[in-house]
Amino acid sequence: MIQIENLQKTYGKIRALAGIDLRVGQGELFAYLGPNGAGKTTTIRILTGLTKLSEGTAILNSYDIRTRSRAAKRQCGLVPQQINLDGELTVRENLDIHGRLFAMAGAKRKQRILELLDYVELLERADSLVKQLSGGLKRRVLIARALLHHPRILFLDEPTVGLDADIRRRIWGLIKKIQQDGTTIFLTTHYIEEAEFLADRVAFLDEGRIVALDRPDRLIAELGGWAVDQLADSGMQTRYYPDREAAREAMAGRDTGFTLRRVNLEDAYLAQTGKKVK
Amino acid sequence: MIQGFIAVYLREMIIVKRRFKRLVASMAVSPLLYLLAFSYAMGGEVKFDGFTYTEFLIPGLVAMSSMIQSFAIATDINVARFYWGIFEEFQAAPIRNAAYVAGEVLAGMTRALIAIVVILLLGLAFGVNLDYGPLLWVAALLNSFVFASLAVALAMLVRSHADQSLLTSFVITPMAFLGGTFFPVERLPDWAENILFFLPLTHASESIRAVAFGRVPDWRAYAVLAGVGLFCFLLALKTVNKAKD
Repeated sequence: MIQIENLQKTYGKIRALAGIDLRVGQGELFAYLGPNGAGKTTTIRILTGLTKLSEGTAILNSYDIRTRSRAAKRQCGLVPQQINLDGELTVRENLDIHGRLFAMAGAKRKQRILELLDYVELLERADSLVKQLSGGLKRRVLIARALLHHPRILFLDEPTVGLDADIRRRIWGLIKKIQQDGTTIFLTTHYIEEAEFLADRVAFLDEGRIVALDRPDRLIAELGGWAVDQLADSGMQTRYYPDREAAREAMAGRDTGFTLRRVNLEDAYLAQTGKKVK
Repeated sequence: MIQGFIAVYLREMIIVKRRFKRLVASMAVSPLLYLLAFSYAMGGEVKFDGFTYTEFLIPGLVAMSSMIQSFAIATDINVARFYWGIFEEFQAAPIRNAAYVAGEVLAGMTRALIAIVVILLLGLAFGVNLDYGPLLWVAALLNSFVFASLAVALAMLVRSHADQSLLTSFVITPMAFLGGTFFPVERLPDWAENILFFLPLTHASESIRAVAFGRVPDWRAYAVLAGVGLFCFLLALKTVNKAKD
């Protein structure tokens, strides 16, 4: 479980987080969406002990990150946005060092490494140097490393950024599988369809504040079921309707220049913040 | 604490093992050039306290190489920080800062130990066989403790690889030449000798040379090295903690 109250972070005069309040339940897959600079990565960095918070409290499975930082870190696995594997070490050596850092005993550690390499389908690359792997394979190693010490909370900071669509889909499958094993997942992503597909609940973050928080289907339903995009002189305009019939009626008499489609999470985000997720 | 320390140290040792031949070759190049250039150029004509210049040079090279190689851990730390980004893997792990610092410092000292063996083997090849008793090793290891700890402390403060090379140029290179490696410090004017007293390498060179020449080293030099080493270690703990933002 993650409990955050009034979480604030300032860098000099820049306020990266302006007071976040949040609760994520055990086994929940929670997505944190926002444009660049909204504070997504800052939140994850604070929760995983990489950055100090300025104000507020954050508790991970009953451990306060300020007063019980090492116990809190033991609860967490982290897949960072930037690949941070040691390229000069093999896949197995990277995982072994991680296991030692989390004080895993020898035989248990070796067994767990094999299990996870099998889980992410990388057993045959165990003794390859990490610098010889593709970006997609490195992402899978990062996921294996983050899960090695049986974390109860997994932080995924843009886990599929820069990956091909097919590899992204495979990683989605892996994330779902991890959640089914009972792990709480805190996900940040630029891919709004990723959050829509994976998340139980979503928070929209804008300028260091949460502007909306709910289940994706509820956030979408607030706008209605259908949308019509229409090209106007001022750019693309979108109108929302409760159902398809209502949308078609509104467009009656027009043959071209509009698109009828289902409302998605990006519409909900735009309606809340007036910004595109980038 | 112990597991974290072992993890940090083991990672560095895997890299040392993987680069071992290249590392040893790089450790041998400069000392070999100094030995060739100075020994042959000076011949047997220059003597200090009855010892040839080559014999004088070997203990100085032991001190200098242990300093350079232990300080070189800073470069590895910054490659890990800026290129591979794995410093964050250590920061996100439930280990004490002391485990991280101790692991990196011991890795630096291990590199220094390899360099010392390389220098002594080179000395043997040049026909130099001095007294390599335990106090020589203690002085060399204290010297490498000082510079490995300083390396960790400074590695946390630099913001790029370019900053790192500046440190080497302004800290290590002057000390290598002025710290009693190539000439006896007592031959300098008093004011210069007084300044050089503040360089840890001067104490290391003099202690190592005293043992190698079969004399009793000054215990105060060991105390200075231990004190400066401890100060640098504590400084490293502080800068590692500060590196979190």
